[in-house]
Amino acid sequence: MSMKPALEVENLTKKIKRKLIIKGVSFTLYPGEVFGFLGPNGAGKTTTIRMIVGLISPTSGTIKIGGKNVRTEFTEAMKHLGCIVENPELYPYLTGWENLEHFAKMDPSIPTNRLQEVVTLVGLTNRIHDRVSTYSLGMRQRLGIAQALLGKPKVLILDEPTNGLDPAGIREMREFIRQLAREENLSVLVSSHLLSEIQLMCDRVAIISKGAVIRTDSVQNLLAEQERVIWKAEPLSLAKELLQEETEVQEGLDGTLITLYNEPLLPEWNQKLVQAGVKVKEMRTQLPSLEDLFLEVTGGESID
Amino acid sequence: MINLVRNEMLKLLRKKRLFVIILIIAFLVPLFTYAQFKEIQDQRKKMGTQDWRTVLQQEITDTQNRLSSSRIQDEWRKYLKIRLSQQQYYLENDIDPRAPGAPTFMRVFVENSIDLLLPLLVMVIVADLVSSEASGGTIKLLLTRPVKRWRILLSKYLAMLLSVSFIVLSVAVLSYAISGLVFGYGGWNMPLLTGFAVSGDELLTDNVHIVPQWQYILMEFGLVWYVCLIVGTLTFMLSVLLRSTAAVMGIMLASLIAGAILINMVSSWESAKYFFMVNLNLTNYISGMATPIEGMSLGFSMSVLAVWGIAGFIIAFVTFSKRDIY
Repeated sequence: MSMKPALEVENLTKKIKRKLIIKGVSFTLYPGEVFGFLGPNGAGKTTTIRMIVGLISPTSGTIKIGGKNVRTEFTEAMKHLGCIVENPELYPYLTGWENLEHFAKMDPSIPTNRLQEVVTLVGLTNRIHDRVSTYSLGMRQRLGIAQALLGKPKVLILDEPTNGLDPAGIREMREFIRQLAREENLSVLVSSHLLSEIQLMCDRVAIISKGAVIRTDSVQNLLAEQERVIWKAEPLSLAKELLQEETEVQEGLDGTLITLYNEPLLPEWNQKLVQAGVKVKEMRTQLPSLEDLFLEVTGGESID
Repeated sequence: MINLVRNEMLKLLRKKRLFVIILIIAFLVPLFTYAQFKEIQDQRKKMGTQDWRTVLQQEITDTQNRLSSSRIQDEWRKYLKIRLSQQQYYLENDIDPRAPGAPTFMRVFVENSIDLLLPLLVMVIVADLVSSEASGGTIKLLLTRPVKRWRILLSKYLAMLLSVSFIVLSVAVLSYAISGLVFGYGGWNMPLLTGFAVSGDELLTDNVHIVPQWQYILMEFGLVWYVCLIVGTLTFMLSVLLRSTAAVMGIMLASLIAGAILINMVSSWESAKYFFMVNLNLTNYISGMATPIEGMSLGFSMSVLAVWGIAGFIIAFVTFSKRDIY
């Protein structure tokens, strides 16, 4: 990509009480892409995000938002940023509208009609003049996004945006995030500990574990490598024997066989089994769990 | 900056803090007014049917007699002369010194609330100014705006300043308005004595002079405002340092009450005079009460408070702009 990056994180480290918590994290976000930040709880996602948004000062490394350094040009950098860190915590005793007004007043470059725009954008028009304490979690989440979008940012950072939402809410949120990236050319950084979520939402993903980025790749590449095929066949032993001639086979718990996913070869394998008289009852692909993926990319290191 | 301060004031209003303060004052003032009223009635009963003018006339004659005595010290003579002119003023202007009007009530009320009640009210407003943002998580949204941290804290400090002024003002207005219903609204020009100084066991009356009550009250409210400002600044600092509003309240409350207790027992522990909480009774210097510890004066107490206030202000701003927020 030859576009100017919207967010650049370079060699970020954080030391707390002589313990290195973030060990040199680097990644880059481009306009219009949704970037996933994937890792188990305690891997350093939130700490990294807090450094990007300026809540925590990094021990070393640089962060540039829209080309502006967060440490040396804080106000300019923040103008390009909208974020929700962890839960969208707004003032419960104010109405949604007052909350937005409150945050809009802090940036004189936000025109007054922008408030109505973001309210419409997140679909809160009906309840915006109610107190936030009466809002459901989903509505708070939307109001949180509304405040993040107030300053027309180039970079949107959402920490665990689907936490606590119901399935319909998760789906809606996902579509909304994709739409923002597509239509407003926003770069969105989404952190999550759920692979399924990242998979459906993001273009690229960085896997973080124990304070370091282990891999950065497109979601397709990552998953393709790790995708598995589950076989249910009879007789099992014969099927296993035949498949072993072609690829690596593991035996599942409930009388299944597990092989790697290899799209071009899959029909051949199947044909081979059928010709040998094996009854193939079921063939399905399965995405690896986050745990599997982790075990794979970290080389057997456990999640702690 | 005006917008930021407006934001803070809006939040204070919506949290109904200022409203609670007004409610507390509006509840306490009638209480004290009634107590005062009872006391005056009691005194009248003791005096019997005698007219207050007769009593005052008697006192004046008494003073005059003492003045004519040759064995009296010069200093004491001077003091008696001032007393005399005060008493004569009362008589000439038909003021009953024992039946005070609303201004007198206001003065006595503020003198008695300067070291505990008012600091408490200030605390109620200031304690959660910053800590509530930290415990509610809203600080994360507040500090990720294109506004430098010190400006955000300054806007909160200014909001604190405004609310402290508001508290002092509402104490003045409410105590005047409510007590006036019972005592009448007159008495602004009643002469009062001030300028006492204490040296060792002696009460120095060299500088004693008469000021009209309105001037006296103005001075006292200035001092009250100053004390509230310092208490506010210290509470503000704690609010920055601690996430828990309850902890802020607890520490402030403990030190204020400790101050009230210490005053009664530290006369021999001299260095205790550097604690801020034993220096809150600034109005006592005007009315000429004995100081709790030797060597304390209005200037000394004000400087001690200033040092505490400035230190609190600096600590608050330095920690707030450097701190990592988790």
